[in-house]
Amino acid sequence: MATLVYEERLERMWQPRPGVLGWVMTTDHKRIGLLYFWTTLVLFAAGGAEALAIRTQLIQPNEHVVGPATYDELFTLHGVTMIFFFIIPMTTGAFGNYLLPLMIGARDMAFPRLNALSYWVFLGSGLFIYTSLFLGMAPNAGWFDYVPLASAKFDPGHAIDFYCLGIIFNGVASSLTAANFIVTILKLRAPGMSFNRMPLFCFAFLAASWGLLFALPSLSADTIFLFLDRNVGTHFFDVAKGGSTLLWQHLFWIFGHPEVYILIVPAFGIATEIIPAFTQRRVVAFPLVAVAELLVVFIGFGVWAHHMFATGMPTVTVIFFAAATAVVVIPSTIQVFAWCMTFVTGNARFKTPLLFIAGFIFMFVAGGLTGIMFLAVPFDQQVTDTYFVVAHFHYIIFGAAVFPIFGGMYFWFPKVTGKLYFELPGQISFWIIFLGTNLLFFPMHIVGLEGMPRRNYTYPSGLGWGTDNLAETIGSYITTVGIVVLLVNLLVSYFRGPPAGPDPWHGATLEWTIPSPPPDYNFAVIPKVSSAYANWDEEDREEDRRKLAEGIMVLDEGHEQPVSSPVDGWWAEVAKMPHDSPWPILLALAMSIVFILLLLHLWMGTAFALAGIVLVLLGWHGEEPEEAEA
Amino acid sequence: MLLPTVLTGCGGYQDTLNPHSHAAGDITNLFWVMMAVAFGGLALVTGLLVFAWVRRGRRGIGADADGPHPGEKPAWFVVLGMGVVFPLTVVVALFIVSDWAIVKVTQAPAASSTAMTVKAVGHQWYWAFRYPGTKAVTADELHIPVDTRVNLVATTADVIHSFWVPELNRKIDTIPGQENRILLYANQADVYRGQCAEYCGLQHAHMGMLVFAQPKAEFRKWLRQQAAPAAAPKTGIERQGQDVFLNGACSSCHAIRGTSAHGYVGPDLTHLASRTMLAGLTIPNTPDYLARWITDSQHFKPGNKMPDIQLSRAQLHALVAYLGSLK
Repeated sequence: MATLVYEERLERMWQPRPGVLGWVMTTDHKRIGLLYFWTTLVLFAAGGAEALAIRTQLIQPNEHVVGPATYDELFTLHGVTMIFFFIIPMTTGAFGNYLLPLMIGARDMAFPRLNALSYWVFLGSGLFIYTSLFLGMAPNAGWFDYVPLASAKFDPGHAIDFYCLGIIFNGVASSLTAANFIVTILKLRAPGMSFNRMPLFCFAFLAASWGLLFALPSLSADTIFLFLDRNVGTHFFDVAKGGSTLLWQHLFWIFGHPEVYILIVPAFGIATEIIPAFTQRRVVAFPLVAVAELLVVFIGFGVWAHHMFATGMPTVTVIFFAAATAVVVIPSTIQVFAWCMTFVTGNARFKTPLLFIAGFIFMFVAGGLTGIMFLAVPFDQQVTDTYFVVAHFHYIIFGAAVFPIFGGMYFWFPKVTGKLYFELPGQISFWIIFLGTNLLFFPMHIVGLEGMPRRNYTYPSGLGWGTDNLAETIGSYITTVGIVVLLVNLLVSYFRGPPAGPDPWHGATLEWTIPSPPPDYNFAVIPKVSSAYANWDEEDREEDRRKLAEGIMVLDEGHEQPVSSPVDGWWAEVAKMPHDSPWPILLALAMSIVFILLLLHLWMGTAFALAGIVLVLLGWHGEEPEEAEA
Repeated sequence: MLLPTVLTGCGGYQDTLNPHSHAAGDITNLFWVMMAVAFGGLALVTGLLVFAWVRRGRRGIGADADGPHPGEKPAWFVVLGMGVVFPLTVVVALFIVSDWAIVKVTQAPAASSTAMTVKAVGHQWYWAFRYPGTKAVTADELHIPVDTRVNLVATTADVIHSFWVPELNRKIDTIPGQENRILLYANQADVYRGQCAEYCGLQHAHMGMLVFAQPKAEFRKWLRQQAAPAAAPKTGIERQGQDVFLNGACSSCHAIRGTSAHGYVGPDLTHLASRTMLAGLTIPNTPDYLARWITDSQHFKPGNKMPDIQLSRAQLHALVAYLGSLK
């Protein structure tokens, strides 16, 4: 009975404020994760609607559903939305936030208020960039926004300013999240969870976070340069004044290629959680997979110029980047065969989450193989900027990032809601989405080889592109139906699903050791960890229950969280964690005002708003005596 | 004469798998080999997943099927063999073949190895082609002699475009401040379609081009004719049309060599009537379409830089007659 007493004490200490304020001021990683989830889902719907409009316009030659100006805005916003406002915030913001502390046995992120700030800044940047659509000045130069097309000369007005400021704004949120994850993973692991006992999911998020932290400055610098070129009269990209057009492309892709791995590595992390649970087998070649997850991001920083093989760079440069592109293949093939061999040597139960992971492996390999083709420079120079490339990166981004997101939604649904989803509609949703996406994206290879360039708002008849485009558009509708089935299934399951219990899958990691949905304090007792598959270590779990009954390792004296040494996970100290706070949302609001004033060229006003930010920061730091030391 | 072939679809495609030069042929062969290997790889992985599905509900494989890590050792061999050794071998082979051997064919040619030079200048949204050493300028329709190594220099007048005629060679971007070059070579007298391949704004979709590979004598004749200034109008109505052109809005944006029109925003029209298509291959060059283009170009190519021109019926008729005489 002592167990209950301790749990009640913890609950009193960790429970959130009631009502809306409890969400606005929350610093709880689970609530922030859910806020991210719902927001990114709405933005996913927006990006999806844009994609459907694009596909409908291309359903047949010389179609007139939308005009060229609208079409340009649609494909630009589609790219920007899916990359910056759906996949990154969905994987890191929603999945990472909710699950990472649970997997490492922590009670929150290392910097809970910074975490809340990330979300509100992300929301502000999303609202900011979508405001442009309603004002009729949406960005229209493509998501990679090449100059001089994006310069003030060729694109006057506010469209590209919205792009620049929106990207910088969004980058703030992603950088904060990345820094928070890195510290959380390095310092907040339950004592005993040395690096070799850390779940592969955490390796993936560590890799993605390092990637974000190092890649984003390049993009921010690039967009700041462009904003200055457009509004202040600098000449970073103006060839006539000694600037360089290709500087934009280099800086963009120094961010842009690592970005691809930042998008998919968290999805690898999701896969490496679902596979063990549904094969009841530890992932084959664990150390190799862990190193591969880190290496793929690291090597990903050395291949950026393969996006620029047609720009007339010197042959020696081109060949160097082709060689780097060859090397980046290896960490991916290691992981693919490790996953496949885990399927083969384990006892695979093909429930919905595992189906999505099998589909993910198929799509990732298909997209990866066409990716390998791009290291053949002459072939790259032939098909770059055609639909062949569009096919390739959609197999990667939809197949390798979104499939695991869907699989993860099913997999952790019982943990987050406490309900089981319905299996049959789940499997049906998988097959509709799998067939739909292949019908949507496979013909793009063919039509690309037949010479159809990307970003054309229409195309002539008589070039043999009509049938493929029709198939793609039908595929996009089928995919939409599948996604609707998935969401409706989860929604109905939320209200009607049977109770899930703490561990419906006999999952491998620590989140399955606690009730569903998790209590506000996550872990009543700081868990003992002696392998990367902690929930399968029966003796450790038995010991946790014994400790809880005796009040050992409960940390119920305050809002507390143990801090460990970064590599070996030894007990270092106990940190006080901050409570709910109004400052994150206020700071995000002040930052939003700064960006709006910058857009309007109100420089003096911007200065005042910056002063406002300083005031909010003073309030932030004056409120509580100490931040969690981590 | 060549228009029927273009419109009926014999020739005039832009299919990367239907190469008509050594360079494009090498790329196509490279693709077929890569595709075969890729399908093999995809089949292998899919096979493993299907194998797992067939064995579903049965645990483990190998000697320690009941242990905590069933089949770990053979699985490691597969991961190292298929995940490291095999792909490394394949990518190194691919790298050597494509990036040491074939790349020599598709990178910029040595200037001395080519017989002539053509300049392609990307504009929003048409292509201007110039023949250095002559006064010839044409738009959207490039003529080259067949079986001849042509040094193509690609530049831009505004934003980044990309010169791409897939059946003849890979693409090359036009970068402000850069003179990029590729080899253009056609092994068969025919018409090849190409298109701007780098997004360049509103009418990126209507920036097509045709490459006419002609027998050498025919090409020389064509070039002589194109280098000459425009023919003077012969009939009354043509003279009337020239007046409309020179005194109206047209000449502020278009040039006709041999007249006072020196505009440079739109294509050079000196030999407009010798071209088969208009507006970046958007519409055929017939009197009817030409008239509709002049009065209503924003309908065919919304956002293009040519305003809809207001003319009386008589003026329009005369203008079309004049332009039609510019062979």
